[in-house]
Amino acid sequence: MSMKISSRQVDGVTIVDCSGRITLGEGSVVLRDTVRDLLSKGNKKILLNLADVNYIDSSGIGELVSAFTTTKNQGGELKLLNLTKKVNDLLQITKLYTVFDVKDDEAAAVKSYK
Amino acid sequence: MSMTEQRVSYTLDSTLETVDSAEEKASRIAKELGFAEDEIMQISMAVREGAVNAVLHGNAYAPDKKVTLAFERTPEELIITIRDQGKGMDLSTIPNPLAPENLLKTSGRGIFLMRSFMDTVEIRPSQTGTEIKLIKHVHGPTEGGKEASQ
Repeated sequence: MSMKISSRQVDGVTIVDCSGRITLGEGSVVLRDTVRDLLSKGNKKILLNLADVNYIDSSGIGELVSAFTTTKNQGGELKLLNLTKKVNDLLQITKLYTVFDVKDDEAAAVKSYK
Repeated sequence: MSMTEQRVSYTLDSTLETVDSAEEKASRIAKELGFAEDEIMQISMAVREGAVNAVLHGNAYAPDKKVTLAFERTPEELIITIRDQGKGMDLSTIPNPLAPENLLKTSGRGIFLMRSFMDTVEIRPSQTGTEIKLIKHVHGPTEGGKEASQ
């Protein structure tokens, strides 16, 4: 039920592999803390791999938005990778697909950072 | 719940566990009633958002305030009612989350998602709490993408 996160570095980009649920409570807090920790350490090219995120609620959506704006405000870039159909549909109906840079190929996503 | 007309009601604490529990109950009941997989997801998510609204914004986690969750099955629809004991909400102050100036807000999408996923959403705020009614139509065997019976 809960969310698990691990991070890895590829060509200067921090890929954050997320799995589980990003929902009100623990899931949202884990994501928030992870992004803030990365930014505090100077890792400002962040790629959230959501391939194994099978559920997200409005709080989780809010957390993604917060992560996006926090990173941008610190001069960084946060992009999304490998959305499941459920998460993709949610971003479509909330029009956030127009806000996020969404990728479906990891190598190409890494190369897309400035 | 069986496929016949029935009603089941739960009284729940104003906790995060209630949010998860409400979602699980909705998912189980929708599955038992034969809704399609995507509809089960929509119903359970709408109920989760309604429960979040009741626990956080309505009762504000107050231990002495309860959330009432009821499922009612009629031949035509599944009716879910979520009631809190808060101070009610002012619907006129809820911004449109799709407006360009609101897209990057980190909250305010719960009611929008409920309305996106359910056929009817009725919100009745009062000084003694808010009642949210979520309705999903039951599709016949030749509707809703289900296979026709033979």
